[in-house]
Amino acid sequence: MPNTFELIASSTVTAGGAASIDFTSIPSTYTDLVVKFSIRTNRTGSVEDAIRIQFNGSGGTAYTSRMVYGSGTGAGSTNYTSTAYTVSFSTSSADTTANTFGNGEMYIPNYAGSTNKSTSSDLVSENNATAATAGLNAGLWSNTAAINRVTLTPNSGTLFNQYSTAYLYGVKNA
Amino acid sequence: MPAGSTYTPIATTTLGSAATSYTFSSISGSYTDLVLVFAGTMSAPDDLGIRFNSDTGSNYSTTILGGNGTTAFSTRVSTQTQGYLDWAGLTTAQGNAIVQIQNYANTTTYKTYLSRFNQAARGTDACVGLWRSTAAITSVTIKAVGANNIAAGSTFTLYGIASA
Repeated sequence: MPNTFELIASSTVTAGGAASIDFTSIPSTYTDLVVKFSIRTNRTGSVEDAIRIQFNGSGGTAYTSRMVYGSGTGAGSTNYTSTAYTVSFSTSSADTTANTFGNGEMYIPNYAGSTNKSTSSDLVSENNATAATAGLNAGLWSNTAAINRVTLTPNSGTLFNQYSTAYLYGVKNA
Repeated sequence: MPAGSTYTPIATTTLGSAATSYTFSSISGSYTDLVLVFAGTMSAPDDLGIRFNSDTGSNYSTTILGGNGTTAFSTRVSTQTQGYLDWAGLTTAQGNAIVQIQNYANTTTYKTYLSRFNQAARGTDACVGLWRSTAAITSVTIKAVGANNIAAGSTFTLYGIASA
């Protein structure tokens, strides 16, 4: 029986860090995509960072993000419109507990279809302290092209730290 | 001996024309959990609801955590005639819902589901729902809560997850 949930590609950041994690040449043979990540950035001055996700290397103003988050002391909601990437809260930064990485997952249904692309992502910045952030994110790429590339970059930091990982899976509906 | 498939597509459809609901029926009890993925829009703003085994009784409760981009909120409804997959409405812009239904085939406990709804134009919600029935789930209906249609081109896919 063919695999329904199949690893397409993986990435582990090596010494020195990486400015981005880039999955390219994604085939259109699946139905949905899932990105699972464990990430820490080099952002300072905050116990969390966010991740920017861009599709097909396409920027401009085609992205919208809307999210709800909790920080341990309260909840909030914010949005980004007409941006060059979708933003997902949140992941661990340089100010979170040492050797600790945030984790998250992004689900992209019908990524190769002819409609605009909506996304669902849930992330958390792990921190052994009183402050941490968990976020639920809705994203939209207003483009009907099939997704063939997914690029992750830090929102506020400049690098993903060594040992950060990301895995791209394809899900088939038949 | 190679392991059998754990995550199996059960059924999928793309609406050829707008409809108020779509039902997955005759669901086998051979899996452990179900995952339902919806991607699409509404023809006019409405909420997405869920029913099991065509039960239209007041047997559903939902607790919702959500955000509209400005305000975070939480609310709860009970003794409803459907569970909710979102709160405050799916509009005509593209959105998605991912619904997990654990231990759906048991005949001992009430059934629960977890839903993540996303529409960047409006907001994002996380819902936990309860269907007060011990019956094994054999059908799942995704429906507009009001009288509006789910738009043509919307997709529904049901997966089964086996625990062994």
